[in-house]
Amino acid sequence: MSDAPVLSVRNLRVYYGTPGDPVRAVDGVSLDIGPGEVLGLVGESGCGKSTLGRGILGLLPDGARANGEVIYGGRNLVDLPMKATRRLRGPELGLIFQEPMTRLNPLMRIEDHFKETLEQHEPGLSDRDIRNRSLDTLGRMGIPPTRFRQYPHEFSGGMRQRIMIALALVLRPKLLVADEPTTSLDVIVEGQILRLLADLKENFGTALLMITHNLGIVAESCDRMAVMYAGKIVEEGPVKAVFFDPSHPYTQELLRSTISLDTTELHSIPGAPPNLIDPPPGCRFHPRCPAAMQVCAQKLPVEQRVEARRVSCWLHGPERQIPSGGQEKLQRAAIGVADEA
Amino acid sequence: MKRSGSLRSYVITRVLLAFPMLLILLTVVFLLMRVAPGDPITAALGGRVSAEELARRRHDAGYDRPLPIQYLEYLRGVATLNLGTTILDNRPMTQVIAQNGAATLELSFFAMIVAMVSGVGIGLIAGRYRDTAADLGGRLFGIVLYAAPVFFLGFLAQLTFGKWLDWLPTSGQTSPIVGATLATHTNLLVIDTIIDRNWTAFQDVVRHLIMPSVVLGLVIGGVFIRLVRVNLLQTMKGDYVEAARARGVKEGRVVYKHAFKNALVPVITIVGLNMALLLGGAVLTETTFNWPGIGHSLVTYLENRDYTAVQGIIVVFALVVVAVSLLVDFLNAYVDPRIRY
Amino acid sequence: MATAARVGGLRASSRQRIASAGRALKPVAEARGIARGMLWAGAAITAFFVFLAFAAPLVSPYNFNAYQSNGVRFKQLAPPSSAHWMGTTVQSTDVMSRVVWGAQTELKVVIIAVAMSLLIGVPLGLLSGYFGGPLDRALVLVMDALIAFPYLLIAIVIAFLLTNSFGGGVLTAAIAITAAYIPLYFRVVRNHVISIREESYVDAARALGARPWTVIRKYVFFNVVQNVPPIATLNAADAILLLAALGFLGYGIQPSAGAEWGYDINRAVSDASSGIWWTALFPGLAIVLLVTGLTLLGEGLNETMNPVLRRRQFGDIDFDSQNADEAEAS
Repeated sequence: MSDAPVLSVRNLRVYYGTPGDPVRAVDGVSLDIGPGEVLGLVGESGCGKSTLGRGILGLLPDGARANGEVIYGGRNLVDLPMKATRRLRGPELGLIFQEPMTRLNPLMRIEDHFKETLEQHEPGLSDRDIRNRSLDTLGRMGIPPTRFRQYPHEFSGGMRQRIMIALALVLRPKLLVADEPTTSLDVIVEGQILRLLADLKENFGTALLMITHNLGIVAESCDRMAVMYAGKIVEEGPVKAVFFDPSHPYTQELLRSTISLDTTELHSIPGAPPNLIDPPPGCRFHPRCPAAMQVCAQKLPVEQRVEARRVSCWLHGPERQIPSGGQEKLQRAAIGVADEA
Repeated sequence: MKRSGSLRSYVITRVLLAFPMLLILLTVVFLLMRVAPGDPITAALGGRVSAEELARRRHDAGYDRPLPIQYLEYLRGVATLNLGTTILDNRPMTQVIAQNGAATLELSFFAMIVAMVSGVGIGLIAGRYRDTAADLGGRLFGIVLYAAPVFFLGFLAQLTFGKWLDWLPTSGQTSPIVGATLATHTNLLVIDTIIDRNWTAFQDVVRHLIMPSVVLGLVIGGVFIRLVRVNLLQTMKGDYVEAARARGVKEGRVVYKHAFKNALVPVITIVGLNMALLLGGAVLTETTFNWPGIGHSLVTYLENRDYTAVQGIIVVFALVVVAVSLLVDFLNAYVDPRIRY
Repeated sequence: MATAARVGGLRASSRQRIASAGRALKPVAEARGIARGMLWAGAAITAFFVFLAFAAPLVSPYNFNAYQSNGVRFKQLAPPSSAHWMGTTVQSTDVMSRVVWGAQTELKVVIIAVAMSLLIGVPLGLLSGYFGGPLDRALVLVMDALIAFPYLLIAIVIAFLLTNSFGGGVLTAAIAITAAYIPLYFRVVRNHVISIREESYVDAARALGARPWTVIRKYVFFNVVQNVPPIATLNAADAILLLAALGFLGYGIQPSAGAEWGYDINRAVSDASSGIWWTALFPGLAIVLLVTGLTLLGEGLNETMNPVLRRRQFGDIDFDSQNADEAEAS
């Protein structure tokens, strides 16, 4: 990444308020996304990746608070008042959701959706310009102009997702956050959508944060990937490098759990994701890690960087920070059935 | 996704299903009317006419035949809209329905307008500004309004606007002179006076209409406030509302274009479901304001034990209720393609 | 402290029941803001009227039918004064006494009516919804037809018929009101039962071999019953209006049986033309106040107990204290 990143996240924390202690959904995440780059954010359900995506756009539900830095265009979005953040949504930052079936207003035509989006952000546009830009973007998503005046319920799920993407892109944002965009679609449609998203850099120059739990998608469409566990990023690097040489045990376990035509036996990671209100001390993964050491249960790992990669794991050092005896294997109690669920 | 075929079949199915409902209501009415010992004629005229006259009248009205035959004749009467003649003043029921029913229709129509304007307007405001003073004020207003019996509100209105301020007439549909000289065509006086271009009469009719319809309308509006508010809150949680926010659409427009409009779609159903409220309220309003409607007639005939008339009127109510229920279902199916068989 | 493993098995069943009741009421204790305000305001107003109802003999200056005291007949249609705080009626009865005694009448009738509706409507809906079948379908058809029909008319007809046979007392009015509301309870309970019946935990219980009665008792009933207090309260509010309407039309409580606010207003309506306001105003205000109180209570209960409407409570989030924890760990 030689150019300055489009988006810089530094030590971002997003907590959800509860009557008791808060839920630490995102607990100190830092990452950069370069212009036109596709960054995959991967993790199990409930690891906080969706919260991270929404937190970047400031679209958090009531009772959630953010702390830290989300630097875009030289400003920290976390500190911005809501009005300013709203102005950025659309022309600068876009978000597409997981479930396309319900994301379009059933009483409004597609044309009206586009008119609204464009008029809100570029009020000087003439009707003809609005129409042309909308049709152009839709066309690139494979939606013919004849369907411009139809209603959402007349489109299939895959087409609605394409319309959502077009709506997000018609304003030419610099960064698009895609929150599990293909999870609810069938495999063939998924392939089409992924191809569209992979071409964003060429056609629109837009960077993409692809949030998914599907490693296959990451392998196919992303330039770099970040692995998230229990609200923290445990590993990050170029896709090929991480796939062929994963550094963090969690990444290794994830890869081992994927299914391909060669799979003869199913592998799973024992245990369940931790409670985010009261996470385990030290490294969050240590209760389930096959390579856990004594120090893993005591101290949070220090992030190590090597070239374009980084990892948070005591297996990779720094050794001088490990107390004596810390490298002994950790004796874990057998993970009780009660913990699973 | 053709619509026309399925709509037609829905209509047919729905109409067929309405018959059992109608039958049940009619049967219930029939049974109730015959639960009282003796028969209507005897109850109304017993002791007031000679025994032979009584027997003759009973025979004419069919009350000396066995019960099942009476039931069948009753059903036949309903089917042919021949509901007999009143005992009290010897009017054919059809006339009662036409004249008094029209008066009730006028009252209900204008009351409904008042109810919708006040109820929907305040309900939308309360929902939009949830948990603020406007919300609380609107809700309290609705609660107190509904808590006030329509005859009490009527009394207050009569006292204030009739007696103390002397702005409006407090009883009847017209003043006596106008009533005597009025030519009726449709029995809907507002329309009739317009047809005749009888402007003094028109003014008189309208002035008499104001108090009763506003009083009844406000009470029903109180119920609408609650319904509309809850509906709006529900709509504002919708996925497409969130998606619009993600595109940076201004909050005001999100609320108006996406939430309000969609929240009002079920208004049809709301209105229809509250038809029962309207009919019940009409009875009370007409009694309070001496309005010559069918509700008032019901009370009068009941007082005089004119069961034939009472039965006829309740049958009419049942027919109206079923018809409105059908209409609501049709409109809903038309608006929402998902509701089909 | 994450998941304290639940030690299986039953505790003393009574302790469990108290725990369940406590759990059910927890949302009420946690209520904040407007919902809480409504709840307590409504409760206060309702409690006031309940007090009036019970304490009528002590609080009311005179009997509801009394038109004289110490052999001296009251003035007719006297405006409010120190002798009669709310004035007198055309029959020389004291308005305030009638208002206070009226509270007792209203509450008597409404409590009986709501209790009867619950006793009949809830089990009917429960069984019909759980077992389904032809009986269920028949009941639904009948109840649906009745629900659409105006309550007032049903109540009038029944009150009228019963009064002819049994006289117009508290019981007849209560029965008339009950008849009008049974379809409503039936439908609400039945719908709720049906939605619960399909839930996975009920399915699981059945798969484990639980007998229908056990399933109903432990899962369905408790769940449904939670919904009942708000509905019953709102229903009580409605019932008072219905009773007043019956009284206004003359089909409610007969004057000898008790004082009733609706009846009083009926007597007082003609006074409006003479500018006499106190005979109708005070009973009317009493109705408005009591119904408002009950509605506030019911809506407050609804907002706090109904998970759909409930606003989740969010605690404060202090990021700095979290930082300290992490520093300790490393």
